[in-house]
Amino acid sequence: MPQNEFIELRQKRYGYRLNYFEKQRKKQARNRKMASKMSKRLKGIRAKLYHKQRYAEKAKLRKLISQFNEKTTKKKQKTPQLEGALPTYLLDRETVSRSKVLSQTIKQKRKEKAGKWNVPLPKVRPISDDEMFKVMRTGKRKRKQWKRVVTKATFVGENFTRKPPKYERFIRPVSLRYKKAQVVHPELKTTFSLDILKIKKNPSGTLYTQLGVITKGTIIEVNVSDLGIVTPGGRVVWGKFAQVTNNPENDGVINAVLLV
Amino acid sequence: MKTAICQFKTPDDEKSGPELDLPLDINPQQLQVLVNDILRQEEELPYSFYVNDFEIQKTLNQTLKKNEISTEQVVQIVYQPQSIFKVRSVTRCTSTLPGHTEAILNVNFGPKGRSLASGSGDTTVRLWDLNTQTPLKVLKAHSNWVLFVCFSPDGKRLATGCMDGKVNIWDPFTGEQLIDTLSSHRKWITYIAWEPFHQNPKCNHLATASKDCTVRVWNVDTGDCKFILAGHKSSITCVKWGGEGLIYTASQDRTIKVWSAKNGKFLKSLEEHGHWVNTMALNTDFVIRTGPFDHTMPNFKSDKDAQKSALKRYDEVKGKESEFLVTGSDDFTMFLWQPKKKRTSIKRMIGHRQLINQVCFSPNGRIIASASFDKSIKLWDGKTGNFLCTLFGHVGPVYQVSFSSDSRLLVSSSKDSTVKVWDIKTKKLKNDLPGHLDEVFAVDFSPDGQSVASGSKDRLLKIWKN
Repeated sequence: MPQNEFIELRQKRYGYRLNYFEKQRKKQARNRKMASKMSKRLKGIRAKLYHKQRYAEKAKLRKLISQFNEKTTKKKQKTPQLEGALPTYLLDRETVSRSKVLSQTIKQKRKEKAGKWNVPLPKVRPISDDEMFKVMRTGKRKRKQWKRVVTKATFVGENFTRKPPKYERFIRPVSLRYKKAQVVHPELKTTFSLDILKIKKNPSGTLYTQLGVITKGTIIEVNVSDLGIVTPGGRVVWGKFAQVTNNPENDGVINAVLLV
Repeated sequence: MKTAICQFKTPDDEKSGPELDLPLDINPQQLQVLVNDILRQEEELPYSFYVNDFEIQKTLNQTLKKNEISTEQVVQIVYQPQSIFKVRSVTRCTSTLPGHTEAILNVNFGPKGRSLASGSGDTTVRLWDLNTQTPLKVLKAHSNWVLFVCFSPDGKRLATGCMDGKVNIWDPFTGEQLIDTLSSHRKWITYIAWEPFHQNPKCNHLATASKDCTVRVWNVDTGDCKFILAGHKSSITCVKWGGEGLIYTASQDRTIKVWSAKNGKFLKSLEEHGHWVNTMALNTDFVIRTGPFDHTMPNFKSDKDAQKSALKRYDEVKGKESEFLVTGSDDFTMFLWQPKKKRTSIKRMIGHRQLINQVCFSPNGRIIASASFDKSIKLWDGKTGNFLCTLFGHVGPVYQVSFSSDSRLLVSSSKDSTVKVWDIKTKKLKNDLPGHLDEVFAVDFSPDGQSVASGSKDRLLKIWKN
């Protein structure tokens, strides 16, 4: 036992003083007065620290009280989830996540809204030829300057064969060719990786459309047959348009929004 | 002119009339006149004719040649009576009824075809007035999706089961609850079957199947559970109350079990499926569902009369043999059984390339239709289980099929948002009924043949008429 703990030692030997517990009780009762006095008196950093500590104590106390109350208060009954009702024969099946299957009711809502051809990105930065193409010098002395290399992402059709190099004016580098686009469905807020079918329109010009250049704002056609969209007549929808929302040449991926 | 010696036979293999020397170019209409004459019918009844289970479509000669049947022996021509009334095909949507605020999961016509109920994901059951095609009553008592609605065969009660495992019994005329909610099931209700009318004209017994692996049989007058059919190891998908005092249950544990309807004793287990048994149908389903009511819309003086009529109708469909049962499963096959006779199946029916979601017997019990997720419907012979034909046309999984009461039309609903009507005779698409905006979960042909009701995920109920 350390030398200085003489009080404990005495209590151990002779027991508590007769008024010990009474004094403790009174001290405890007076404690809050002390606390309030302290909080008034303290200034500066010490006040800040003190209040922080008091705040933590009180929060702890409140938590404890609410914990006790929880047993007695009535809890609200959980309302069962009502959305996405399924008939019995589909209940045990692992259906494709509902977002994959497009709901026609959503389409209906969209129809009610006015404005048919609201493209998500109405205005795009015009891209000049200089930016789009890099001059490729050819010939034995590298004197000729009629070949161009496309510096943007491109989509090249499946059955494309190169022309002989002598006639090939535009080169579309393999590393910038893309077959898939990450298409967001704006109402379902889900993304699908879909095959690109063709480039519908590049806003910078018809030449770029023909070349299959994909820049920000380009309208592409994507294959949505996996999504199971059906027309009201009961036919499966195959291709749908989407607009590119990022700069694919910078990001290495094509992000697009489906135009529903 | 070439001729063949022919013998007319009933479907039950009984000879009728003498052997006749018939010209080979005879057609079904002429055969019909002949048979009516032989049987001395007062009115001319329609018949269809079969040689070795092949229907005579145009002339006798064609059928014999096509199927290489010899004329050396006596040609056995089986005649099968057709229903004397004809249901006209539905062609148009007469009304689109909004009201439900969630997908419609089940629709059911009353046994007379004069009342219609629909259960929905918005926890309500709605009754519809078919004459004016307007909402009649909204029944609120369930707390979760209403999965199953089913009218009793006398049309005086409506049973509904929900996702919370609760069953309610309603009066379909006033829309009031007849007894307190039956809430012993611990999981959702998958199927409800009433006791056949010809066994109990009071219609106060009910079997409910649940996901919690049990079937409970209730007395609906008192709300007591009479007995529990426990024994399945997995969710029960379907329960049928047969007309021969048997209850059949199909389960996801790959078995079909047969129970006594009197005391709930386990009788036998039919085990041949390799995966979940999804669906089940009896060849007497339609008569059990409609009880004593037929196309003549009779009014019965007493329960006894009605019971007699129900029994007569039941025996007519059943014939001399015991009930046939067909089951469809996740293993892409179907089995045809005669559970009362033997434990092994009569026929394994293969052909579907996806799971079978629903099977359905035609009201006369001669044709089985199966709806599958492989986007097709297949037709099978109801007695032998032989394959007849495939009906292609849907572009999504087929969810439900329903026969018209004269067995000449079939209506199907699919995920591709259409309802289609098929002609059984020509085995072709008769009418395509687009209009729903989303998957069509439920379809039902009215027993009186007047209309078809379809409920869809787009929350609309559509009524289709001629």
